[in-house]
Amino acid sequence: MTTRYTKDHEWVRLDGDVATIGISAYAAEQLGDVVYVELPGEGDEFAAGADMAVVESAKAASDVYAPIAGVITGANALLSTQPDLVNQSPQGEGWFVKIRPSNKAEFDALMDEAAYADYVKGL
Amino acid sequence: MIPSTTSGNRGLLQAEPLIFETGHATGTGVDLPAPKNTPNKLGGLARKAALDLPGLSEPETMRHFVRLSQKNYAIDLGLFPLGSCTMKHNPRLNERVARFEGFADIHPLQPISTIQGALELMDQLAHWLMELTGMPAVALSPKAGAHGEFCGMLAIKAALEARGEGKTRRRVLVPSSAHGTNPATAVAAGFIVDEVPGTEDGRVDLAAFKAKLGPDVAAVMLTNPNTCGLFERDVKKIADLIHAAGGYFYCDGANYNAIVGRVRPGDLGVDAMHINLHKTFSTPHGGGGPGAGPTVLSAALAPFAPVPHIVKRKDGARELREHASGTQAFGRMCAFHGQMGMFTRALTYMLSHGNDGLRQVAEDAVLNANYLLARLKPHFNAPFGDGPCMHEALLDDSSIKPKGVETIDMAKALLDEGYHPFTTYFPLVVHGAMLIEPTETEPKRELDRFADVMIALAERVNAGDVEFFKQAPTLAPMRRLDDTRAARQPKLRWRRGENGADAAAKHAAE
Amino acid sequence: MRYLPLTNIDRKQMLGVIGAKSIDDLFADVPKTALLKGLIDLPRAQGEIEVHRHMQALAEKNTPAGRTAFFLGAGAYRHHVPATVDHIIQRSEFLTAYTPYQPEIAQGTLQALYEFQSQVALLLDMEVANASMYDGSTACAEAAMMAARVTKRRKIVFSGGVHPHYVETARTACEALGLEIIALPAAIDDEAAVTKHLGADVAAVIVQSPNVFGAITDLTKIGEAARGAGALMVATFAECVSFGLIEPPGGMGADIVCGEGQSIGNALNFGGPYVGLFAVKEKYTRQMPGRVAGETLDADGKRGFVLTLSTREQHIRREKATSNICTNSGLCQLAWTVHMTLLGEAGLRRLAQLNHEKAVALAEALGRVKGVEVLTKHFFNEIAIRVAGRAQKLVDALAEQGVIGGVAMSRLNPKAGMDDVIITCATEMNTVEDIAAYVDALKAVLA
Repeated sequence: MTTRYTKDHEWVRLDGDVATIGISAYAAEQLGDVVYVELPGEGDEFAAGADMAVVESAKAASDVYAPIAGVITGANALLSTQPDLVNQSPQGEGWFVKIRPSNKAEFDALMDEAAYADYVKGL
Repeated sequence: MIPSTTSGNRGLLQAEPLIFETGHATGTGVDLPAPKNTPNKLGGLARKAALDLPGLSEPETMRHFVRLSQKNYAIDLGLFPLGSCTMKHNPRLNERVARFEGFADIHPLQPISTIQGALELMDQLAHWLMELTGMPAVALSPKAGAHGEFCGMLAIKAALEARGEGKTRRRVLVPSSAHGTNPATAVAAGFIVDEVPGTEDGRVDLAAFKAKLGPDVAAVMLTNPNTCGLFERDVKKIADLIHAAGGYFYCDGANYNAIVGRVRPGDLGVDAMHINLHKTFSTPHGGGGPGAGPTVLSAALAPFAPVPHIVKRKDGARELREHASGTQAFGRMCAFHGQMGMFTRALTYMLSHGNDGLRQVAEDAVLNANYLLARLKPHFNAPFGDGPCMHEALLDDSSIKPKGVETIDMAKALLDEGYHPFTTYFPLVVHGAMLIEPTETEPKRELDRFADVMIALAERVNAGDVEFFKQAPTLAPMRRLDDTRAARQPKLRWRRGENGADAAAKHAAE
Repeated sequence: MRYLPLTNIDRKQMLGVIGAKSIDDLFADVPKTALLKGLIDLPRAQGEIEVHRHMQALAEKNTPAGRTAFFLGAGAYRHHVPATVDHIIQRSEFLTAYTPYQPEIAQGTLQALYEFQSQVALLLDMEVANASMYDGSTACAEAAMMAARVTKRRKIVFSGGVHPHYVETARTACEALGLEIIALPAAIDDEAAVTKHLGADVAAVIVQSPNVFGAITDLTKIGEAARGAGALMVATFAECVSFGLIEPPGGMGADIVCGEGQSIGNALNFGGPYVGLFAVKEKYTRQMPGRVAGETLDADGKRGFVLTLSTREQHIRREKATSNICTNSGLCQLAWTVHMTLLGEAGLRRLAQLNHEKAVALAEALGRVKGVEVLTKHFFNEIAIRVAGRAQKLVDALAEQGVIGGVAMSRLNPKAGMDDVIITCATEMNTVEDIAAYVDALKAVLA
């Protein structure tokens, strides 16, 4: 299992042929208390960079872009009643969706943990 | 520490439950004649279930709403410097006139011969709006500012379609400092929004604007004076450039109060501009509305104005054209003729001021804002404070934030000082924005008092009293309400058996 | 000028503090050629006396409804508004407040919004209501656009009973978005015809009850058919008093209910300002346009109200907002809530019953006039009648006799093919004498 990151502060964890996606601790903190997450449905297909989900605090809404292309195989149903999981455990229970990547090379091109940490430091 | 009371009241401030918690289905505050219960013609569709709507007697109703009213801030109570909102005095003559039987008790579909005065009034209002703006046409029917934007953008769309370019010109340029209604309106009208960055001095970046022009550009939506409270110096160049590129110039007239009587948008090359009658022409905001957004149009857009149109006959009588078919009108904005109740108030306001008074309105609004800017900029960061502002002064929290106090905390501290705060965090292009619009109806001593309070608060920040700000407000009817809680489990209505007060008590017990 | 407090001495002092020589220094950013030197060609300032006189003269050129035997509805209804309503909405704290962006000092407005939303939801038998739209027609347009968002489909079907102005308003808004509008031919009592147009591309069927001809319909089966085809049923209305007597749209399965609230608390005002009511099933809350107030707690654990779910709105979501609406019908909404509080269930039911009885009496009286046929069988307070001859001419002739007898359908929709149809209504305001006057005038004009 490897975790990679995007400049839009999403993380992608690849486990076999399924990738789990969420937003980074940095993004969750910037957004503040998450009140609502709008997730795509199973079977929805996205190109890399397409609008995939929306995450909202009381006073802000951010689009979450598909970090890699693929088909949605599952969404985190817990978030509909416990959106605060995104704040409490952004890279654990607060995951957003699972996706079957259509091109693994896209995953390999993302930042690794160290690179992302440097990137955030520079913001 | 304020002591708690047995009643929950605090002196003059009365605690007040929901009508659902005090009223009941058999209570009522009206006496209507008893029905005869004659055979009905409902075809079996009579309402079966109870409505569960509580009723209150007249004295109870009066008290309920008067008690609620006392939890509100209002212009009649004090300075309301909410930037971009133009909270000026609302003359009561306007209220009286709007209630004249001949205006309030006429139906929009009455025979034309019985509403000649209404049509004449609308014509007079149109005349004032066209003369003041230097524009040849106006659509009166839009019901608010955003509705007027929609009207203007639909006129632009219709003009493009008439030129055969409706499908190819889809992109609308919107500065990053724009009101949220601009991009929302452009999308509602079927366009694609392309954001134009601003410059360091708070204006549209002309070079970036130029670079974005092309054969697919439909229009630019520009607020002028802009949301930073500044006049767009390059406005004529922007107009010339967009026209040369084959597009139209939509001007958001939300800040028209700053220039009424001194600058005519028609002289700046504007093709369409809505006018918020509830801002510049002082129809009351009423806690959120109603407003009115008549939209002035250039000669290029005039033929596409939505119905209804008022048509003057040779004999001087007026008629209404109520259907778009057979004309170039792009359609209809709403069911009837627009916000008549706002037209009567706005025309009354215009007649009261006259051409000389309206010019003075703009000058005093600008003077008041610059006066506050001059007094406050030694104590706060004014991001564009080197030159004059128009009708609103823009500060930000960059000088106080390092000390632990942000815009929101300043705003909440102002509540304790008895003021409605400035607009917070808008425009979005300035971090921690505090946008202050005093309007022309504030006397100098009120401005001085407000400036003194702001300066004292700045000094308090400098003295390190951060806790004072974080606790604020302590004197308002309520203290920092929990927006996150409201949005996570939305409770948007009363339901029998669910009692919010219980939830509050439970929370307190926890 | 009585509204401008600054004196010339103030102005001079203030310019000194600013460091400007003249007011024109403050307008330095305006292109020289655009800064007006003189006055615009309009009248000078006037005192209250003169302005009052001017406006009074305009008002007197109109014939107020109350001076006639008045039977006009078709989207705006003449009801009694208790004196208390106008007093409360003129209180400074309501009249001169802004949108409640600072909830600590706006609980009056916010609690009233919450009460309004609750009353609307109860009246329409819906789960959730917003804090008002501009009016019924624009609410209907918003509902059509919302249905397209929810279903991701692009076709909207209007029944032939929906108010023609509502259809045209929705058409203008929807076609800008590239949505397709199918407006069925005018039909007195055939809301169900929309179901014949259901298909995989239909986002919503929009029906009205009571419809523009006054006809009331059980919408249950239409809703079932719509949902069966993956579409929403939007129910609109122009006369909200009706739901004090007839089955509300929520109880008949509507997904979105939208319409005009003017009848409660608001005068005719020549068409505006009015107040649009908008309610949805709970699952669609986040697709709903407009403001909404919600309950929460403050820092001390006290119950309070805030504007919530704001991320749907333009000031946050910008081009992805559910609507561009900002200013709404705040004060008209307050008038609605005050009037509804005075009525309560008992008062509303009685008011609705009275309206119906007056309309039954009107229908019977008109039906006995030779050359008149009552077309609407089941109704609340409004009916369509067929007259011998052109309806528009007849309506104008009646006005000459001091009777505002309704509106010709040809005025609302010249293409309806109903040039001999008048839409007429009765409310609690009409007396037995009014009805007699209508009948007499009608006989005279038809003769």
